[in-house]
Amino acid sequence: MELIGLLSDGFLVAFEPLNLGLIVLGVVVGLFVGAMPGLGSVNGVAILLPMTFLVPPASAIMFLAALYYGAMYGGAISSITLGIPGASTAVATTFDGRPLAMQGEADKALIAAALASFAGGTISIVLFTLFAPPLASVALDFGDPEIFALMILAFATFVGLSGDDIAKTVFSICIGMVMSAIGFDIISGEPRLVLFDLIGFQSKINFLVLAIGIYGIGEMMWTIEVSRGETMMSKVTVSVERVMGNLKIIWGTWKAWFMGSVLGFFVGILPAAGATPGSLMAYGVAKMTSREPQMFGKGAVEGVVAPEAANNAASTGSMLPMLTLGIPGSPTTAVLLGGMVIWGLQPGPRLFVTETDFVWGLIASLYAANLFAVIINIAFIPLFLWFLRTPFTILAPLIFVLSMVGGFASTERMFDVWLMLILGVGGYLMRKLDYPVAPAVLAIVLGPIAEPALRQSLLISSGDVMVFFNRPISGPIMIIALILLFMPAFQVVWRRIRGKKPMAG
Amino acid sequence: MRRAEIITALLMAGLSIYLMVKSAELPIGWIPGEGPGGGFWPFWLAAFMLGSIIWVIVNWFRRKSPPSQSEEPYLDAYGMKMFLLVGGGITGMIALVDIIGMHLAAAVFLIYYIRFLGGHSWKVTLGVALPTPVVTFLFFDIALRKFLPTGFMDPLYIPLYDFFL
Amino acid sequence: MKTFVKKLLGVGITVGLVSGFTAIAGKTALAWEPVKPIQFVVMAGKGGGADKLARLIQSIIEKHKLSPKPVTPINKPGGSGAEALVYMKNHKDPDHAIMVTLNSFYTTPMRQPKLGVDPMTFAPIARMAEDTFVLWVHKDAGIKTVDEYVKAAKAAGNQWIMAGTGKASEDNLLADFLNAAYGLNMKYVPYKGGGKVAKQLAGKHANSTVNNPSEALGFYEAGTVVPLASFTDERLPMFKDTPTFKELGQDFVYYMQRSVVGAPGMSKDALAFYQGVFKKVYETTEWQTYIKKKSLQGELLQGDALASYWKRENEVHRKMLVKMGAIKG
Repeated sequence: MELIGLLSDGFLVAFEPLNLGLIVLGVVVGLFVGAMPGLGSVNGVAILLPMTFLVPPASAIMFLAALYYGAMYGGAISSITLGIPGASTAVATTFDGRPLAMQGEADKALIAAALASFAGGTISIVLFTLFAPPLASVALDFGDPEIFALMILAFATFVGLSGDDIAKTVFSICIGMVMSAIGFDIISGEPRLVLFDLIGFQSKINFLVLAIGIYGIGEMMWTIEVSRGETMMSKVTVSVERVMGNLKIIWGTWKAWFMGSVLGFFVGILPAAGATPGSLMAYGVAKMTSREPQMFGKGAVEGVVAPEAANNAASTGSMLPMLTLGIPGSPTTAVLLGGMVIWGLQPGPRLFVTETDFVWGLIASLYAANLFAVIINIAFIPLFLWFLRTPFTILAPLIFVLSMVGGFASTERMFDVWLMLILGVGGYLMRKLDYPVAPAVLAIVLGPIAEPALRQSLLISSGDVMVFFNRPISGPIMIIALILLFMPAFQVVWRRIRGKKPMAG
Repeated sequence: MRRAEIITALLMAGLSIYLMVKSAELPIGWIPGEGPGGGFWPFWLAAFMLGSIIWVIVNWFRRKSPPSQSEEPYLDAYGMKMFLLVGGGITGMIALVDIIGMHLAAAVFLIYYIRFLGGHSWKVTLGVALPTPVVTFLFFDIALRKFLPTGFMDPLYIPLYDFFL
Repeated sequence: MKTFVKKLLGVGITVGLVSGFTAIAGKTALAWEPVKPIQFVVMAGKGGGADKLARLIQSIIEKHKLSPKPVTPINKPGGSGAEALVYMKNHKDPDHAIMVTLNSFYTTPMRQPKLGVDPMTFAPIARMAEDTFVLWVHKDAGIKTVDEYVKAAKAAGNQWIMAGTGKASEDNLLADFLNAAYGLNMKYVPYKGGGKVAKQLAGKHANSTVNNPSEALGFYEAGTVVPLASFTDERLPMFKDTPTFKELGQDFVYYMQRSVVGAPGMSKDALAFYQGVFKKVYETTEWQTYIKKKSLQGELLQGDALASYWKRENEVHRKMLVKMGAIKG
């Protein structure tokens, strides 16, 4: 087998002392960068990119890939312990991770997230090793109509999952989408929705500004009000029996993380989609196929493992088009591509032939990074649990400070810090009235992918909507998406016909 | 709660209309042969926002949603107090950034919150508030080279940059 | 000092102006040094074309320790450069703010007069290179020459898709030129960033592009895309068999600047310091290799020579935008 030969050569490269050291360092740095709200893999990779000029390209990419991986693990940590998603990829992890932490089961959630990440990473690397070149052509076949159909599918798997009040859920989705349309219209090249003609609104509202505002400030204020100043986080003890019990529960969710891994990997390959839609779809699918869907959102372990497996799998997947086509599969890989320019490498179909050491060293390093990441992550869990034991009147102001600093660090604009405060307080006041906030946070991520894809498709088809239905890939995706989208409505009608009252929630 | 629901709905209806007007600065219709214009997406989404808000208002009249049935106050005395103290504190902290920089503003806010809202001892308060600016400086400014705003304290940082960079 | 002056002269700029300027640069380069981190503003998001360039330059500066204080990229992606330009214009500390610019440096202030930005007020640090443009098609289209291209595009009418980077961008100007020069009716579809454009062509979602060579290189090396002609004065060394539009009888050349500018109001001493730094960056082997590999053109331009280059290019762009109908004369 040629593949095994190449891979073992790759392992020899990855296990050189310098490279191994860099992989471990990358994982640790990534873990902390990912756990810090406001920073995430994109920032981490961008910030550390210039430092990598000092080592050979293969070592540099291994370091950054390890950092990317570590950040994916780390994102779950802030989602679970603080309830603030450190990056858009970790939003879905908050839905069940946060409730678990509130119930005093933060350890279970953290271990579940770490192990699911490991599973997602490993499964996706195996898929990567086996099928990288053939899958590259799939990524190329994905045009605008396919991307739009995929975004509709991502939304469809998610709709009906949150919020009891349909009108308010619709409102939340729409306002998120509109926020993402602020700034600049790429198709017509005109400024758009520059609210109150402020220069700060020349760019769209950044996902992190909304997410940190809503979760870091809004949710915290809500917790303060509801808890009446008493600590809500229950104490977590760590014992061997507890860990073994948790492991058993996590193993029982294999269906959720396995599907999450595969789904995440394939969505990750597709250009422009990235890990966020992948993790959302994994969450949606896990809920649909679960035996206890009513537990989702209230602390279901499946709701943690599915998105975590998916976002790690997607981060591996997104490296595939980067290496084979020179197209980034995610924002982070876009920065990594910049790195390859710095190192003097030309990503593209020829890379697998001309730079075998680099490519296979990287693939082997992903196996290693994944293994180190899970070990290091689990080793740090007691530290995160200790952090949670801090009295709430100290933890809360620290989170507010973290929100401000993180909100600034993500875009480096004071304007965004103020915006974050306004959105956070607004989100808190709306949340008290049962307006769900999660749909808006998701919409702000998916909107900027969906809208250009919609308009580019229609531009190419001269305004013919059938372009979404009569193509071999987009057609089936679109039809499935529409069925899922209108399923809740059908169910309501169906129940009405049968004379039953629709069930709430 | 009931009154807050309708006030919020009316405010949001106003916001939706503002967004629709603002979107209409670009073509909001379907340009033949090209598909939707530049304002199409935000305009119609804002229209959906307005539609869903009208639905919320209808539910309010019919007293269908939980907030429209509740006669409890939207923010009780405790809630109002915390809202003002915490929200005001954060606002003050962000406002201080332009004057004394982000690191020091964070320290001031921590002292305010931990000592005066939390009622912890000065030892605990300073134990948290003093290391925080140092740690954020070392982590963000030095390790990650994300330079946080320094306000009028800018000259103070020049020797620090000389030392660390 | 002599070699410095000589080199600049070799660039072919007016003698008096330049030697005057370099004399200032020489005397004061030691005098002024940054006292804090230098903000390197990027008018694009992370991973965008200008961002990659800024991070490459940052790496070179760090590797060769060309600046006593670090140069840190800050992304201001809003409004096709509008946010970055306004940020620079209002910068409180212009001695510690530099920016990497492309041709939106001219076009964005023209298209958004409300910003009140005048590109000519920015400090001319260095033009590091000019990127080139080439007309590309997919190899499966079987098109080998511009004549065949014109024939095929004419037959397809407005079903011929030309993918590019944003309305009224550089790519759009070139597409308009082709439409006018050859009587075509190609449909221009804007995408965010040259990498996405390249992918559209490789995946056969578009019929042609006017990508920079650096953006299409991966697919070119794999044989997926074929260059037909370049918008340059002379044939590009990388594509020796590809004619220029000039050779084909069309008087049309177009480049995109890759320049570094200082914030308006930057002091003379600081400007001289940055000019010295970027001259050194230009001369590193890393930068020279990058230029060659990505098929960039253009020599180093600094100071008044750069300012007069901007003046000329600004007028060229104004005329093009007027012709396009994007702005009023």
